[in-house]
Amino acid sequence: MRIFAPHIHMPSRTTDDYQAMYDAGVRALVEPSFWLGQPRTSPASFFDYFDALLGWEPFRASQYGIAHHCTLALNPKEANDPRCTPVLDALPRYLVKDSVVAVGEIGYDSMTPAEDTALATQLQLAADHGLPALVHTPHRDKLAGLHRTIDVVRESDLAPELVLLDHLNETTVRDALDSGCWAGFSIYPDTKMDEDRMITVLRNHGTDRILVNSAADWGRSDPLKTRKVADTMLKAGFDEDDVDKVLWRNPVAFYGQSGRLQLDIAAPGPLHEGNSILRGGE
Amino acid sequence: MLTSREELDGLLRGAARAWLDEALAEAAHAASHPGADSGNPPWELRFASAGRHCGLEHADSVRALLLVEARPALPAVTRLYEQGTAAERRAVLLTLHRLDLGATALPLVEDALRTNDTRLVAAAVGPYGAAHLDAHGWRHAVLKCLFTEVPVEALDRLPERAGGDAELARMLGDFASERTAAGRAVPAGLRTVLELTVPAPAPTEEAR
Repeated sequence: MRIFAPHIHMPSRTTDDYQAMYDAGVRALVEPSFWLGQPRTSPASFFDYFDALLGWEPFRASQYGIAHHCTLALNPKEANDPRCTPVLDALPRYLVKDSVVAVGEIGYDSMTPAEDTALATQLQLAADHGLPALVHTPHRDKLAGLHRTIDVVRESDLAPELVLLDHLNETTVRDALDSGCWAGFSIYPDTKMDEDRMITVLRNHGTDRILVNSAADWGRSDPLKTRKVADTMLKAGFDEDDVDKVLWRNPVAFYGQSGRLQLDIAAPGPLHEGNSILRGGE
Repeated sequence: MLTSREELDGLLRGAARAWLDEALAEAAHAASHPGADSGNPPWELRFASAGRHCGLEHADSVRALLLVEARPALPAVTRLYEQGTAAERRAVLLTLHRLDLGATALPLVEDALRTNDTRLVAAAVGPYGAAHLDAHGWRHAVLKCLFTEVPVEALDRLPERAGGDAELARMLGDFASERTAAGRAVPAGLRTVLELTVPAPAPTEEAR
């Protein structure tokens, strides 16, 4: 089974997690830039983070046979902090990088005017760079937030098929799919969605334009939730082609619109081109 | 190994070759207008996207050609490195010795040697690092290669710099002892470097 993890935050994961992900079938992932779990205080903090997503984290992933790509953006929460918003001016320099396959995560957190501006600005940046956009839907007031998000997407230059609306659930999936956007679901141990509810969504709405992720941030999370959804799908009567479509072909189709996916990563081994750093230095 | 412009012309297909021609023209324009270096100079954006347009296998070579053509001053070189992906940083490190910067770009090499990314460590011990790292910094770079399993063949001018270096020999010996005490293997490259540290025998009377 091959798995593409389309939304997962890796700096909080250990090397054991990378190994477990590889063993579970993960061969590629997309890491969106987001909040760090505590506030940043300057654009420089974003630049260090972007460096990690463009350099060190792909290097770590490659040691475990996993192709690492990223999405870059000013996240919705910090779009409200004037200390952070200047990062928008620097984004054009970063969005041209080879492994950047979308602008994201953008979207709404508290639905403020500052978030309106950041969302519209960054949808335009995506259109200007020929990139898709990964759009986070808010955790509070989610349905209203989804509707407002879809309105902003409609007003933008970015076609809906270039937009992935993420963190959806039973109350938002129908409108998200009807908008023409792609639909993402984050599977967590306690919050957002779980495997069994995801099966019901797939039964009711089919497998077209649907992506499943484990997100796996610094909160209680499980980087193997993608595999657990795949296993639950098979138990529930979906076949292997359905699983491959949701867990591999759909994310490849969505992020492939960037023209920048590189999925021909070498198989991992004790030595990769003679210079493995499985231990990350000693 | 970096590929020359002539070789690239034979390797690149039409669209990629045209892209390279335009990129090099933009780089040449930047070289002849050094004061106009504000915002995001077009050639610098080309530098970032070189792999997509010319093939990842040619990215190092294309980026090196762009750097040589644009002849950026230290601030621009530093910006390209600091805001670059690992692949872009690697291309900067591999080209520093061709940019007429003297020793001023040494902080970029030192930055790369602080990382644990073997792509950067290997590039940092290329011709520029070999020319400008002081004895202490270069010895630690050798140890870093051994620690991170960067092949010692990556060390430019290795025989010349290691030759007769008794302090390097001591450091390598201590490292080997530490590994042996821990029951772990001594890296194969260590012996290669250690042998190079042996001072050349003093010339005899007959040889003079």
